[in-house]
Amino acid sequence: MLTELANTLVTLDPTHKFYWLISAVATLLLVASIIGWALKRKTLAKNNPLEKSLKLINNLVSRVNAWWVMVAILVIAFLAGKLGTIILFGFISYFALREFMTLTPTRAGDHRTLSLAFFLLIPLHYYLIYSDWYGLFSVLIPVYAFLLMPSISVLAQDTEHFLERAAKIQWGVMIAIYCISHAPALLLLTITNFEGQNTLLLFYFLLIVQLSDVLQYVFGNLFGKTKVAPIVSPNKTLEGLIGGGLSTILVGTGLWWITPFTPIQSAGMATVIVTMGFLGGLVMSAIKRSLGAKDWGNMIEGHGGMLDRMDSVSFAAPVFFHLVRYYFTP
Amino acid sequence: MLINITRLAMIALVRLLVGAHPRWVGAAPSFAQSIYFTNHTSHLDTLALWVALPANIRAKTRPVAAKDYWGRGKVKQFIALKVLNAVLIEREVSRHSDPLAPLLAALAAGDSLILFPEGTRKAQAEPSDFKGGLYHLAEAFPEVKLIPVYLDTLHRSMPKGSYLPVPLICTVRFGATLTWQADEHKKTFLTRARAAILSLI
Repeated sequence: MLTELANTLVTLDPTHKFYWLISAVATLLLVASIIGWALKRKTLAKNNPLEKSLKLINNLVSRVNAWWVMVAILVIAFLAGKLGTIILFGFISYFALREFMTLTPTRAGDHRTLSLAFFLLIPLHYYLIYSDWYGLFSVLIPVYAFLLMPSISVLAQDTEHFLERAAKIQWGVMIAIYCISHAPALLLLTITNFEGQNTLLLFYFLLIVQLSDVLQYVFGNLFGKTKVAPIVSPNKTLEGLIGGGLSTILVGTGLWWITPFTPIQSAGMATVIVTMGFLGGLVMSAIKRSLGAKDWGNMIEGHGGMLDRMDSVSFAAPVFFHLVRYYFTP
Repeated sequence: MLINITRLAMIALVRLLVGAHPRWVGAAPSFAQSIYFTNHTSHLDTLALWVALPANIRAKTRPVAAKDYWGRGKVKQFIALKVLNAVLIEREVSRHSDPLAPLLAALAAGDSLILFPEGTRKAQAEPSDFKGGLYHLAEAFPEVKLIPVYLDTLHRSMPKGSYLPVPLICTVRFGATLTWQADEHKKTFLTRARAAILSLI
């Protein structure tokens, strides 16, 4: 029977696969919303509810609510096609870079460089994805922006902390624009026997990254004891990582039918995404703390800022992109 | 109709550029007639504070703007007078007219004001010394609340002489009401008012 189901799923056309996925995600969120609602009711019914558990439940409820909004925006962008998806990610990069630069101590001499990074580099870089210009897409920021941004700053002749400023701006641009853009860049790949289905691959990637974060949070809150990196990220626990990571890989394996992968390849890809996402969370948290903040912002209720939500994406996307490009494109 | 659309578009644009997230550090938002006084670092200041106010309070709060700039040209006039409902004042002090007269009239009519006590813009984190206007207004209307506000990143977003802004998230911090003391010396009052903004940094 399992083989029968597998055969049916594989032969579905992309549109049907997409609707199946959305329904699954919506069901998941519905269950989460009901659990949150029930937990809140139960806790409030107690005579003197613990403030700590109330806070946790409220955070859980606002996280789930924010997920509804994020999924809705994502689905609308996907339905609007390639242009819609690219515009959505362009805005995500914009907000992520805005958070990064707000916390970065730049000086008046960087003003023009930063304006151009926001208003020229982001549109140009995303246009390259839209026009399938892979060659320039892959070098625009690491080569041209890397050399030209400090060249613009140097015109202001302010040598105070020049290297630090140039390095921090480059880091922000790499993470917020270059790395994050590798998720929608999946759309420009021509994958053998997978034509016209790249949106599904993007959906697969985002689902694995975000599910990994969510499940690590859930397992961490339920069973978490051993902190992995208490100084950098006090919420990350070994139990959360193993429980959340393994169950995400399991889900990733079960979703092979929306990808060009076999189940085993899909498990491998999910493992890479989970690992890179975890490392991204750690590194971005260390950067955030070295800039003196706890959250990147307060844009998304219960989650913090855009970068708090996209930290794992920024590390997982480029690696996933290049693995797919290397092994699955002609 | 056109006014409302422009107003919504401006609010959306300001949010998109600099966020302008309010943080009520000192007190909760209040309907009471108030003078919001804040540090002046860029062209975006007025808009950021105006956007950060809750809609119903924003509706009766009028920014104070310079007549020689905002009073010229149809578009600027439309934005200043219709969209922002600003009070225009003369920057040049003349012997014949009191530059504060339009502000006193607005306060008498029950409106709240957004005021920059420094007068001119300076692209720096800390405000420079205050001019006397705030004192005279407070003296004439001692029952109006004086609310210090600090705008944190706008001096980096749009320093003097720049044409394009850098989008950075601006947090608009509203402090506790400054109490009016009738027997206080003008200079002491202005130092205290400036300190109230500094304490929000």
